[in-house]
Amino acid sequence: MYKYDNYDQQMVDTRVAEFRDQAQRRLEGKLSEDQFKPLRLMNGLYLQLHAYMLRVAIPYGTLNGTQMHALADIADKYDRGYGHFTTRQNIQYNWIKLEEAGDLLADLAAVEMHAIQTSGNCIRNISSDHFAGAARDELVDPRPYAELMRQWSSFHPEFMYLPRKFKIAVIAAETDRAAMRLHDIGVQIVKNDAGDIGASFFVGGGMGRTPMIAPMIREFVPLDQLITYAEACLRVYNRYGRRDNKYKARIKILVHELGADEYTRQVEEEFAHMLDQGVEPPLAEIERLRPYFADPAFEDGPKTIDRSDPDFALWVDRNTHAHKHDSYVSAVISLKPVGGIPGDASAEQMHLMADLAKEYSFDELRVMHTQNVVLPHVKIADLHALWTRLEAAGLGAPNLDTIEDIIACPGLDYCSLANARSIPLAQKISERFAESGKTEELGQLKLKISGCINACGHHHAGHIGILGVDKKGVENYQLSLGGSEAEDVSLGKITGRGFDEAGVIDAVETVTDVYLGKREDGERFLDTYRRIGMAPFKEALYD
Amino acid sequence: MTDLGTSPDAVQFRFRDDEVVDQASVTVDAFVEQSNANAVRIEPGDDARALLPHLDRIALVEVNFPVFGDGRGYSSARLLREAGYTGELRAVGDVAVDQLFNMRRCGFDAFAPDVAMDAADAKAALARWPQVYQATTDDRAMIQELRHG
Amino acid sequence: MKILTGNDLKSGAVVWWTGSEWSLHVNEAIDVGEEADAIAAREEASRRVNVPYTIEATQDADGVRPAHIKDRVRALGPTVRPDLTLKPADPDAGNWVI
Repeated sequence: MYKYDNYDQQMVDTRVAEFRDQAQRRLEGKLSEDQFKPLRLMNGLYLQLHAYMLRVAIPYGTLNGTQMHALADIADKYDRGYGHFTTRQNIQYNWIKLEEAGDLLADLAAVEMHAIQTSGNCIRNISSDHFAGAARDELVDPRPYAELMRQWSSFHPEFMYLPRKFKIAVIAAETDRAAMRLHDIGVQIVKNDAGDIGASFFVGGGMGRTPMIAPMIREFVPLDQLITYAEACLRVYNRYGRRDNKYKARIKILVHELGADEYTRQVEEEFAHMLDQGVEPPLAEIERLRPYFADPAFEDGPKTIDRSDPDFALWVDRNTHAHKHDSYVSAVISLKPVGGIPGDASAEQMHLMADLAKEYSFDELRVMHTQNVVLPHVKIADLHALWTRLEAAGLGAPNLDTIEDIIACPGLDYCSLANARSIPLAQKISERFAESGKTEELGQLKLKISGCINACGHHHAGHIGILGVDKKGVENYQLSLGGSEAEDVSLGKITGRGFDEAGVIDAVETVTDVYLGKREDGERFLDTYRRIGMAPFKEALYD
Repeated sequence: MTDLGTSPDAVQFRFRDDEVVDQASVTVDAFVEQSNANAVRIEPGDDARALLPHLDRIALVEVNFPVFGDGRGYSSARLLREAGYTGELRAVGDVAVDQLFNMRRCGFDAFAPDVAMDAADAKAALARWPQVYQATTDDRAMIQELRHG
Repeated sequence: MKILTGNDLKSGAVVWWTGSEWSLHVNEAIDVGEEADAIAAREEASRRVNVPYTIEATQDADGVRPAHIKDRVRALGPTVRPDLTLKPADPDAGNWVI
């Protein structure tokens, strides 16, 4: 994985010093809260429901054991012994003190980490495929390109005060594991007919109150023009994105209102101009980055798995993913124990995951946008030993992509924007299905819960989505069906009137029963929904 | 750095040695129609490219920031510098210490903030970043170039 | 009644105006009536509190109860982590929120 050189280290160290200075000016009263807020947000510091919250960037979701240990130490030293892994492949801490934030950032910088641009109206942490560098189906490892974009987007002098936040994802496989087309810019690394590597650009996707799927605006951007093209996309947005209404300020609204063709025309015009401006890093930089992501020293070993232990076999079936080396798999550590808080991990669990990464996965971990953690390179020979350790620590839930693997935003338990709680719903739904034993039978079923219209819980992209709303001071939940964040991307449709908490849990069970009754061979919930449409579900829910 | 203090035009910092333009600036629309003006003021919604045919007669461009969170002025500034504009480029309005460094990088060379900045804080902010990750018209080499000699 | 709340500037902790200082406990909040704006402005200017605002609440035998669920969650703590709320010994504390 990437390792900072002196330049990168100097940049994050400088940021720590800058933030210390800004926080000090706030504490001394030189800065008002109105002045300080955008500055602290650009460094990931929110004021949430109970305290300050700090979001730490995990660039493209990749980190090593030392970094995971440091995250655990931070949870103990500055927080209340835990952290929350987010749908942006980041981690956030809920109980941070402003007066200690500078020290925390210095601890992060010591392990090549930071909180730069994890909030604010700027380019956010770049997300990617959690199986990058390991997946059998990828064209190349997308992370060198993500790192190239990370550096370019960090402290960009022109784009720190965009109309709204800006999220970029970079993938390099046809299978989309990063919700790429639901980003402001989705970059897919591709090969053209001539065999050259380049990038397809998808612009104007997003969730929030107006969900949209990004259209492709350029099929092939040559590798040595990648940053220039991104800069052109951003400049058109910075100049013409709406600033009169916060809810219409994302780039998806600009692309929608102009039309993809007109937006593309403007980008191409700006791009033609920018090509002469020397904004592109030298191609040698990509060549420098690639070796950091080179394969570790894989060894041949057993290629088949002893499935005699049924519990282990189930976990293998559910939580491992095909690796490009046939003696290895990628193993997913579920942070979704039945009845647990999705994405939360204690300092102790983080320490264990760090140790396991060092022992079993070439010292590498990934954070998934589904709020789980991956050990990307596990020898098949080590798999049972790994599983045994995970089981003992309560991290062995065999539920990846099942109805128990629920994405949930922090909701009204933690978030000042939320209208309803998300976590208790996730807890109760996972308990309900674990008790009824239907989880396995239901197969792949992605359930996603957001506590408000901002959609941090990706409810639009859930096979089943739940949106919490405030109905005259009482929590109420809208159900939607048919969303997908993957390569078969689609947006869910609302079933009808909302439910109270108990009602929506029953409603989820009702729609899964409709699916079990109607499904044909091999169909996932999503496939059945797409075939039979909303009507049978509506009928079962409301008639 | 020239500190013009409380001079009538409220410019606090100026990074140029030439004479300060004493003509009041006009709007972009007025400027394009008015052949004798040499100072123009860009509001956030104005298209800076409208000035490109007239660069040779401009001595001062003011870019107004009614609120510091509206970042369109950064693009306006860069566009003008990329087109070869060499006159004064002045950031006006809600401009504070924490925006100074990036504004300098985008081509601003004069600052007339609504509220005067603390001179020591401003100096520290301008000297803060030893290197940069992006190329602009200020000709600083980006880190990605420095790495390769 | 109207009560005044905000966050401690340094720690970020949720605090309530007691008439003379800021408390972590909503039950110590007093009715600020018409004085809310003046108190808020004064306290914020002296940086003893961050972004203070006034909310509706009721007083009953059990104490002060904010009118809106969001403020009740703020007053208690996360309902999914009773160990971290202001009533760690009470596993049913979350029910007070609903």
